[in-house]
Amino acid sequence: MSEDLFKVTIDNITIDVPPGTTILQAARKIGGDVTPPAMCYYSKLKDSGGKCRTCLVEVSKGSEKDPRPMPKLVASCRTTVMDGMEVKNITSPKAMEARKGVVEFLLINHPLDCPICDQAGECDLQDLSYGHGNEGSRFEFQKRVFEKHDLGPYIQLHMTRCILCYRCVFVADQLTEKRQHGILDRGERAEIATYISKSLEHDFIGNVIDVCPVGALTDKTFRFKNRVWFTKPVDAHRDCDKCAGLVRLWLRGDEVFRVTVRRDEWGEVINTPEGKPAWICNECRFEKKKESDWIIEGPTHINRHSVIAQGHYEGLKMPNEFLPEVIGKKPRLFLNIHDVSEVNRPGIDLSLIEGPATSDDFENPKND
Amino acid sequence: MVKLLLENAQKEGIRFLKTYRENGGYQSLEKALKMAPDNITEEVKVSGLRGRGGAGFPTGLKWSFLAKPENTPRYLVCNADESEPGTFKDRFLMEFIPHLLIEGMIISSYALGSNRSYIYIRGEYAWIVDILRQAIEEAKQNGYLGKNILGSGFDCEIFVHPGAGAYICGEETALLESLEGKRGNPRIKPPFPAVKGLWNCPTVVNNVETIAAVVPIIKMSGAEYAKIGVGRSTGTKLISACGNINKPGVYEIDMTISVEDFIYSDEFCGGIANGKKLKACIPGGSSVPILPANLLLKTAKGETRYMNYESLSDGGFATGSMMGSGGFIVLDEDQCVVKHTYTLAHFYRHESCGQCSPCREGTGWMERILKNIETGKGKMSDIDLLWDIQSKIEGNTICPLGDAAAWPVAAAIRHFRDEFEWHVLNPEESQKRNYGLANYASPLALVS
Ligand SMILES: Cc1cc2nc3c(=O)[nH]c(=O)nc-3n(C[C@H](O)[C@H](O)[C@H](O)COP(=O)(O)O)c2cc1C
Ligand code: SF4
Ligand code: SF4
Ligand code: FES
Repeated sequence: MSEDLFKVTIDNITIDVPPGTTILQAARKIGGDVTPPAMCYYSKLKDSGGKCRTCLVEVSKGSEKDPRPMPKLVASCRTTVMDGMEVKNITSPKAMEARKGVVEFLLINHPLDCPICDQAGECDLQDLSYGHGNEGSRFEFQKRVFEKHDLGPYIQLHMTRCILCYRCVFVADQLTEKRQHGILDRGERAEIATYISKSLEHDFIGNVIDVCPVGALTDKTFRFKNRVWFTKPVDAHRDCDKCAGLVRLWLRGDEVFRVTVRRDEWGEVINTPEGKPAWICNECRFEKKKESDWIIEGPTHINRHSVIAQGHYEGLKMPNEFLPEVIGKKPRLFLNIHDVSEVNRPGIDLSLIEGPATSDDFENPKND
Repeated sequence: MVKLLLENAQKEGIRFLKTYRENGGYQSLEKALKMAPDNITEEVKVSGLRGRGGAGFPTGLKWSFLAKPENTPRYLVCNADESEPGTFKDRFLMEFIPHLLIEGMIISSYALGSNRSYIYIRGEYAWIVDILRQAIEEAKQNGYLGKNILGSGFDCEIFVHPGAGAYICGEETALLESLEGKRGNPRIKPPFPAVKGLWNCPTVVNNVETIAAVVPIIKMSGAEYAKIGVGRSTGTKLISACGNINKPGVYEIDMTISVEDFIYSDEFCGGIANGKKLKACIPGGSSVPILPANLLLKTAKGETRYMNYESLSDGGFATGSMMGSGGFIVLDEDQCVVKHTYTLAHFYRHESCGQCSPCREGTGWMERILKNIETGKGKMSDIDLLWDIQSKIEGNTICPLGDAAAWPVAAAIRHFRDEFEWHVLNPEESQKRNYGLANYASPLALVS
């Protein structure tokens, strides 16, 4: 391997990365389950990360030169790799225990109002709790609540749901000339606010909605109009003099319900062909709500595990499976789901089924 | 007992430069300016001085880590935020003998190459801000500050910056943010201040007492300073003693005195007030683990415990505590450990900056559970839950405030679990009386 690269081993899988890469970025290169979840880090926002603590991992060997383990768990999003470093994520009981704790902390004051929350179905906190949380809650006190606030005509702030990841603050810092909102107060009373109720005004401020990992900042032009899994995402573009105009439209029939940035597999905005983050302007996001405003490129590729994939989308992505490499042997299946369930028969390609899948599609598969 | 810092603190007029100089003041500065800056750092290294702000990091080592890139200013920042409950030693030093800090600041600035140095002081010490500014003005008029100090060619200005009442701004990186005019959120490290500190320039942050100690070190030489004390606890330490003792106050000790002598001798705390018995003590400021009387006076091995870094932490957190910032809080037999722990939990919940989830959410959760137990609404399972919550905060946060919130709770449950259980089992009685001394002061069984 090239001399310039650092060798890092995460959960027994070794990869070479350039110096300056964080553990989280290295893990994302491997992909799959060895990638720690990230609630506050956003690779396209400078200085983000380090706050939520969901990405904590154990460094069992510091580097080839200094093999001592790190005494504490470290935030993988803000820790750069050293040559020869060995990291344990899902193979570290300590990291998994800490992560369980973080999930619980994030949820104790969260309203859990997913049934009426627009973010449901594409919420990082839902995914995180499903993947790493406990079933019940041990918190027996009244939860923290805040009033809802309109931040101008397009954006609503539902502070009760906020996890204080600071991403929206960084968006305002880095995409606009003057930030108009920030964190007021401290500790558990800390809140996103504009100080004196003000609206957020800037051509690019709508992007705070897309970076918000939960339903704290929502698009008022879409609020309560539909559930995301009933709408069908397609990639589209238009000529825009303010932004690159690369967007994702969320359609039902030919009605455009919502316009968002295009997200990659980590939920982050994609890059333009020139290599810049393809943030979109307020005009594209809030005002171009006709299909005829856009040139449609084709359906969005959706991860097979996403609830949005439950319908009939083409090109479902199959995530990589790493278990054999992580544990060093082939896992022994106690029960092969394909033996007992029709639904998971590998022969059935969900993307070829027209309309929502029904039991009929599984009992009489057309393409088995 | 030797006194290096507070020797003259009670002298009439010592607050003013004239008297301070008549008592040997600014001689160390004159000596220092004739030395090469790196030699001063070397003296501080030899002295074995450890940071007096809480963590006890060797000061000379910290100074030698300071990055020195070309054409980049470097800064010295004095941490006078002193907001840890039980700690009030810096206040005493600044209030009574401000020139000692100013002299230490100038010497340290010279050693580190800082031409603009800052004293970040807690806003509640409003009158001390005036005292310090007056001292700075006097020093300027006498050529100890400003351009070309005493003909050495070294320029230095000192600015006093009052904070706005947040404990977290005592954490060094939050302090730097606040000094820059931003919200006082601790920074994520690395980079450390020695590389990127104030306005992204290399910075040293030191406690008031640490900087003041540089004056006697230069006066007597590092090697002489190192002879005072014991082991890695060299020099003298200021202890602010409070709680149920006869003589609360600020004491300067050399670190060879036993905890028992410190509490009971007339020179220091003068024994427990009102003839009561000692129940427990927090030896180093609210963040460090509380110890029951028996473990405070003797280590688990049955040896005498001394007032120094090594001895106070003997036994780790299982049976020991920490020197911390020297805030010595004594509890007598009438004090309730549950109530006391609840009070501390309230403090940490109130002072969390709210950046990271374990501290923001965990501190509030612990406070609520402790309130329930204290007010007779607790459950037995709450004690285990508290333990679990603190273990999930500790070590998992951005800054040590998370640990500082977790440790007192952990130590209280570790050593006083039966008192918590008594509260749960006797909800009504616990509202009327305290659990008392129990066996917390009984001699310990010897560990083989
Ligand atoms: C929450 C918190 C509060 C702190 N408050 C103070 C303080 O008030 N004064 C202080 O000197 N150090 C305080 N510290 C320690 C500082 O971060 C830092 O370690 C210290 O100023 C370094 O100086 P020293 O090496 O001279 O001790 C605090 C640390 C934390 C985590
Ligand atoms: S509003 Fe959303 S983006 Fe902003 S801090 Fe809260 S959770 Fe993060
Ligand atoms: S540990 Fe607490 S005080 Fe420190 S950064 Fe995290 S939330 Fe803020
Ligand atoms: S993603 Fe690393 S701490 Fe939040």
